Amino acid sequence: MSFITYLVQGVSLGSVYAIIALGYTMVYGIAKMLNFAHGDVIMVGGFTCFTLSSSMGLPPIVGVLVSIVFCTILGVVIERVAYRPLREAASPLAVLITAIGVSYLLQNVALLIFGSNPKSFTSVVTIPAIKLFEGQVTISGEAIVTLICCVVIMIGLTLFINKTKGGQAMLAVSEDKGAAQLMGINVNGTIALTFAIGSGLAAIAGVLLCSTYPSLTPYTGSMPGIKAFVAAVFGGIGSIPGAMIGGILLGVIEIFGKAYISSQMADAIVFSVLIIVLLVKPTGIFGKKIQEKV
Amino acid sequence: MKKFNKIMSAALVASMVMVSMAGCGSSAETATEAPAAGTTAATEAAAETTAADGATIKIGGIGPITGPAADYGIAVQNGSQLAVDEINANGGINGVQIEYNFQDDVHDATTSVNAYNSLKDWGMQMLMGTVTSGPCQAVVEKTQEDNMFQLTPSGSSVECIKYDNAFRVCFSDPNQGIASADYIADNKLAEKVAIIYNSSDVYSSGITEKFTAEAGVKGLEIVSSEAFTADSATDFSVQLQKAQAAGADLVFLPIYYTEASIILTQANTMGYAPAFFGCDGLDGILGVENFDTALAEGVMLLTPFAADAKDDATVAFVTAYEEAYGKTPSQFAADAYDAIYIIKAAAEKAGVTADMSVSDICEAMKPAMLEVSVDGLTGAGMTWSADGEPSKAPKAVKITDGAYAAME
Repeated sequence: MSFITYLVQGVSLGSVYAIIALGYTMVYGIAKMLNFAHGDVIMVGGFTCFTLSSSMGLPPIVGVLVSIVFCTILGVVIERVAYRPLREAASPLAVLITAIGVSYLLQNVALLIFGSNPKSFTSVVTIPAIKLFEGQVTISGEAIVTLICCVVIMIGLTLFINKTKGGQAMLAVSEDKGAAQLMGINVNGTIALTFAIGSGLAAIAGVLLCSTYPSLTPYTGSMPGIKAFVAAVFGGIGSIPGAMIGGILLGVIEIFGKAYISSQMADAIVFSVLIIVLLVKPTGIFGKKIQEKV
Repeated sequence: MKKFNKIMSAALVASMVMVSMAGCGSSAETATEAPAAGTTAATEAAAETTAADGATIKIGGIGPITGPAADYGIAVQNGSQLAVDEINANGGINGVQIEYNFQDDVHDATTSVNAYNSLKDWGMQMLMGTVTSGPCQAVVEKTQEDNMFQLTPSGSSVECIKYDNAFRVCFSDPNQGIASADYIADNKLAEKVAIIYNSSDVYSSGITEKFTAEAGVKGLEIVSSEAFTADSATDFSVQLQKAQAAGADLVFLPIYYTEASIILTQANTMGYAPAFFGCDGLDGILGVENFDTALAEGVMLLTPFAADAKDDATVAFVTAYEEAYGKTPSQFAADAYDAIYIIKAAAEKAGVTADMSVSDICEAMKPAMLEVSVDGLTGAGMTWSADGEPSKAPKAVKITDGAYAAME
């Protein structure tokens, strides 16, 4: 029975990683950059929701919606101010370092506003837990909502990319920025849209993360952010189903590692997975090997 | 393209390492900023009290007044300030006023040593600190080098006072572990016990070690003992699941209140309701912002101080504290309040004067500490042995209706 419980917990944790990883992977796939500030946008989402629903007493749904809007705007602003001017820089490292800088900026601003005392986050999920096998296995409402959100988001994103003009533009930009521009696609606009979607997802991830693990500090987003990045690489960075499968697998590996190997080694196990994947299959599970055109 | 991929992956791994390393750095950075404001305020306040005559005894304090253990540090700062103000109002130590300066260390060893150094520059003659064990172990190396008298109100790991210049007010970790096991066994609180502890924290692993040993002696069955680390301190579902599967009727939490508040929330979500028993690290759990204190109902913790006690000294202290800071004092506040009075008692016995050097004060204080007996808030007739350990009786409190109530 405990095996099933661990599996449920793993899938629940993995779904959070998956939603975060979707944001990483979209931005990487389209803008070809790693947005290390993504983890901290999650934290901003958590704090926005916390401020509105816990401190100001608004209904949780308002908190969630406002935090999605706020993070979306934040994502676009970050992209416009910090990343766009550097897009043509000689080295791809310039933008990477800027992303790390933005990450610290967000952490320290949050530290300034909210202080570093941990806040206890009230769950926004009101669905009661489901008990199976005469109460031996409990599936929390948060786990159900997280998994559903994750699947809905993945399907929604896939449809968006394949069926809409904006999505097709994203695909085109990800394949060849120059050619896309020549075909009349607004490259900057498309990348900004990617950031908007990615950051909106980060807000959802932040709220779900804090609902499941109810502690909120300015550093809340950094560890899940890094693990979600591992998940994105694991699944094949740039691939949307890859991010989802990678995230869920990683969550399950982490919980099983904790349960059956050693509770102290959980993080070491997660990062060993990254190293092994990079060694064995550098493109990840679903990663495409792009043939260089001549 | 393949080559490019390889370079990128190398860069990514490198940057990840940077991110995780810089994570430690950033907390230290923010810490150095915070105390600056506090210091000016403290020195200004101190300057007022000392304007009358030039010579003062300079006592420094160090503890986390921001960060994850801020509840302890703030309580210590407030409690000790209250004692300093009282002593100064009543004529000081041997007629000499105390000048007091409290610095923030964010529960971080490096920051704590920096705070110690800046206090030394300020002219500190004795140290009341540090509040938490990890930083305390780092600072005690420095005080030993400088031969500075150090009294920690709440640094409970063995190594906090491993040198003869250092003493403490609270119980040591081993003593807390032993006392907890004894208390649980003697009061028949449980037969099957699970432990969830922080293996990356010296306080937590120290208590766990002694608790496990003593539990064996007392016939308590430890059915699961699971660890977590500072990096994985948000998800305790697996540890709780194991405790539940093993049939534990009491979960022992020798950890700090931040993690404990998450554990209580997650246990509630799982529908697992064992008894919870903790040490002084749980003190502060009722102060976690937005935490549903109903979840802490029935949690027991070992603490030498209960704010609802009816003796005159406690009532007077609690009233004064509530008046000054608007909240009920925790045992950390009481430890710190006692610490200042212990320093006063020993300093008077040792005949410490304002013009003595740091080392001379320390040499005079060391024998004096072994002779004094202090009736404090955290114990009557507290005495000290040469290894710096206090001798007093442990008490346990239970959280009832969102407040501590004495057990027995």
